[in-house]
Amino acid sequence: MTTPLLQLADVRKRYNIGLPNEAEVLRGVSLTLQPGEFAALIGPSGSGKSTLLNIIGLLEPLTTGSYRLQGDEVAGLDDAALTRRRRSTLGFVFQFHHLLPAFTALENVTLPALMRDGAVSAERRAQAMAMLQAVGLEQAAAKRPGALSGGMQQRVAIARALVLQPPLVLADEPTGNLDTASSNEVFRLMRHMHATLNTAFLIVTHDPRLAARCDRVIELVDGRIESDERQVPAGADNPGASPTPAPP
Amino acid sequence: MGIWLGFERRVALRFLREGRMQSLLIIVGVAAGVAVVAYISALISGLQANTLDKTLGAQPHITLSPLDEVVAAAVPPAGTTALQQTQPRAQRPRSVANWAALVPVLEALPGVAGVSPMVAGAGLAQRGEASKSIALVGVELDRYDRIVQLRRKVVAGNARLGPGEAILGRDLAVDLGVRVGDRVAVVTSSSSGSVSDAVRITALVDLGVRELNRRTVIVPLRAAQSLVGLPGGATNLDLVLTDVWAAPDIAAGLARRWPYKVESWQDTNAPLVSALNAQSVSTGLIRAVVMVVVVLGIASVLVVSVVQKQREIGILRAMGATRGQVLRIFLLQGAIVGALGSALGVLLAVLLVWAFSTFVKGSDGLPLFNITLAPGLALRIAAIATVCGVLAAVAPARRAAALDPAQAIRL
Repeated sequence: MTTPLLQLADVRKRYNIGLPNEAEVLRGVSLTLQPGEFAALIGPSGSGKSTLLNIIGLLEPLTTGSYRLQGDEVAGLDDAALTRRRRSTLGFVFQFHHLLPAFTALENVTLPALMRDGAVSAERRAQAMAMLQAVGLEQAAAKRPGALSGGMQQRVAIARALVLQPPLVLADEPTGNLDTASSNEVFRLMRHMHATLNTAFLIVTHDPRLAARCDRVIELVDGRIESDERQVPAGADNPGASPTPAPP
Repeated sequence: MGIWLGFERRVALRFLREGRMQSLLIIVGVAAGVAVVAYISALISGLQANTLDKTLGAQPHITLSPLDEVVAAAVPPAGTTALQQTQPRAQRPRSVANWAALVPVLEALPGVAGVSPMVAGAGLAQRGEASKSIALVGVELDRYDRIVQLRRKVVAGNARLGPGEAILGRDLAVDLGVRVGDRVAVVTSSSSGSVSDAVRITALVDLGVRELNRRTVIVPLRAAQSLVGLPGGATNLDLVLTDVWAAPDIAAGLARRWPYKVESWQDTNAPLVSALNAQSVSTGLIRAVVMVVVVLGIASVLVVSVVQKQREIGILRAMGATRGQVLRIFLLQGAIVGALGSALGVLLAVLLVWAFSTFVKGSDGLPLFNITLAPGLALRIAAIATVCGVLAAVAPARRAAALDPAQAIRL
């Protein structure tokens, strides 16, 4: 059996520890994600979705519990080690402000390589261009994000998140501020990338229609996993299959 | 291996270009600061060099003369206290003991560029009914020329000091109504009575100070010896040095070795030296204050920039930029602003120096004094400003590096 991509065990997160306004946002979350999964994380506002995504994304430390990323325990690692991990393992797509406005679309996509290597080789550049092509934006390569529509910006962000082919992409409300058409397009693109690159996706969303089109839906309520179900995504070939509980 | 700081440099330059107006303003601000510092430095060093040149052009760097004569008070018997007052002695002209042997020894000392024996005394210059008090100077012309560049100061005639010849200060000649080739009587008085000598004027000199021009009569050493009543003597030895600032040290060394009174030009021009020092200190203060303003300016712009760029910093951190990389992005911005600002500032200073030399003229139509911006000084100021830029960036950069990426993105 392959190593799970990530394994959370009884993860708790408390804020303002020791203060009167101490709050426990995550109350014992256990979750396993296999390589190549395409999962949605849903739940009402304040349920801890973003906190969970930040912890999985190594942007925030957890308070107690265990987090194994590709088999290695990462809880308690220092900032430098977390940053290295983030760079090698994760891609991010955010709801707002996804791109650096001072850089062109192509430069934004080459940024991860520049950050890692200190320079962009011709090979990396071609790779970035191919990725822009894959998201259908080769025409916009030389444009600044300000000159692109929201949907286009989000597609550039997806290209950037995927350019170094990380095993996992984390998306926080990636379609949150897009109209329905752009939203569908971006979602289709993510499914397409998942199919071609076999990258795992974990998508935080409010939109039940989007969640319905994922392979697995994890619902978080009050800092606990309320339900975790695998499903045949809506619009797929075998509509007859019914949701089944995910294996623990 | 990547290019050195490739990522940090690219992002720093883009961030600066993105905040175009802000960057431009602060670079111009740094340039103004650097220009002021460079210009003031050039101006003051030009002014001081000019003042020193004028002062030291007419006097030796070190003067060696016999110790003052003092009257030793009687020692009271043991166990008694005597109230006593000692009448100070009048200082008669005396020769530097053994001066002829001393000259080659002094000349061989490191740092000494020339030695000139001199007999100085007081007297009168007379012509017809005019009688002027004079400072009589007896020298060997070639040696004395090395001390005060006398030949360069000749305004009429040819500097020459044969037996019976003299060189006069310009204003004294006017007072006496004499010209080159005329004769003047020089009269001195000593304990043995008054001595008189007639000399022929070979040249008139401008020593740069009116008082000197009105009183100076330069005659051959031998003539002065007989006029002052010191046959074979020299009242003092004048020294010039290769480095004028070494004068106090060399003077102290000489005073330790030999029982002579040794005075450096700093001793004889104490007010000038303290004026120069005060000037240097206030210039230093001005420069320091301007640099502090520059540092604060860069720092404030970068602090604002860090706040403005929180989200981008958060995105970069999420993408895997290390704290070190974020820190260096902002330090580099400080360095770039400092470097561009100093390049522009040095250019501006060169322009100011040129304007000063071109437009500020003395009554004679010549520039007041020479000021130049030495390339070494310009480079040093530019380097300091760049370092200041980096220092100014330290606090904002640390702030940027310490940003919590999760929070920065959420904002």
